[in-house]
Amino acid sequence: MDVVVTVNGERYERDVEPRKLLIHFLRDDLSMTGSHIGCDTGNCGACSILVDGVLVKSCMMLAVQANGASIETVEGLSQDGELTPLQQAFSDHHALQCGYCTPGMLMSATALLRANPHPSEDEIRRGIQGNICRCTGYVNIVEAIKAVAE
Amino acid sequence: MLLREVEYARPASIPEALRLLAAHDGARALAGGQTLINVMKARAASPDVLVDLSDLQELRGIELSQDGTVEIGAMTTYADIIDSAEARARPILGEVCAQIADVQVRNRGTIGGNVCSNDPTNHLPPVLVATGATMTIAGQNSERAVPAEEFFLGVYMTAAGPGELLTKISFPPGKQDGFASVAIGADGTCIVNAAASLDGGSLRVAIGCVAAVPVVVRPESADPDAVKTAVRGAELDPPSDVHASADYRCHLAEVLAARAVEQAGRGS
Repeated sequence: MDVVVTVNGERYERDVEPRKLLIHFLRDDLSMTGSHIGCDTGNCGACSILVDGVLVKSCMMLAVQANGASIETVEGLSQDGELTPLQQAFSDHHALQCGYCTPGMLMSATALLRANPHPSEDEIRRGIQGNICRCTGYVNIVEAIKAVAE
Repeated sequence: MLLREVEYARPASIPEALRLLAAHDGARALAGGQTLINVMKARAASPDVLVDLSDLQELRGIELSQDGTVEIGAMTTYADIIDSAEARARPILGEVCAQIADVQVRNRGTIGGNVCSNDPTNHLPPVLVATGATMTIAGQNSERAVPAEEFFLGVYMTAAGPGELLTKISFPPGKQDGFASVAIGADGTCIVNAAASLDGGSLRVAIGCVAAVPVVVRPESADPDAVKTAVRGAELDPPSDVHASADYRCHLAEVLAARAVEQAGRGS
């Protein structure tokens, strides 16, 4: 099936099997390996991306469902080698150890801050509740997002 | 995960969707996919054809009538319900939708998908039964209205049969509802849940996770002891698993029913 999507501002057209999950389309067909596959069961959120501005888990969506959509992934955050304030805050606050969850965390936090530029700590924690981190205990991730929100 | 091979169609109208669903034995409607895609990964479902409803705008949206009736299109997402001023006419709806899973799932998961998958641990089936919702089911040449109490038939089974489509859910006017649950982690899968409604002149409680379909209990009064006695009278026979024994689920059913009734009495 023919699928046309815009990813981080660039248009892509590919022939895709309907059974292919959107995360595999991004990673295998478009070689954008920034979005990770953690659990493949919709629990961990490492594959979180924005589809038409809406935060979704790309392992719970078929690539053909994204036909015509505008997609944002972690690769699209930094511009000309400049980290976004959120990415810089993750670095400054040691908000990652192994880094596996980070792409999903960044996309969830990006969606949160767009909708609510000044979230409370409770709103931050609820905003990333679909993203699991097994290293940090979340404290520094919440601190990083808080730093950008203030 | 590579799914089993499947065909995919994205119809532009409800009649076209109904035609596609009727034309293939193994066809299945795809709503938000937050359950179906996962059960396809596990091979618990292997449809031959997915009929994606996402272009059917007439299945999305929330309408509030002058008399307070709230009508919600089957493809309306949890996030839409949470944000909707119209849905606030029946406050329990947004309140319960906000407890389902996480931001990502709430952004894509739909009220119709939730109830049509009828996983016995889902949040919404007991809410629909307790509030006395009415389901509109479209077939190729017909449309019928089914009370929520008769909609849920068994595990993963509803009154929306092959070739049919749930199009909308109507909630009668009311504000005196309650919901209580014990879940696996915040906003996780429910171990037991209960919904209650005092609207319409009678008290109705629906308990989830303890049987294939929500169990309806009609306590004589809103007194907690009366509610617990009524739940005990239902002689529940819930499953035991790693999360809770059958005995503990029976205990939770009584406690949660009483909590839901208490909230309903306060008027949410």
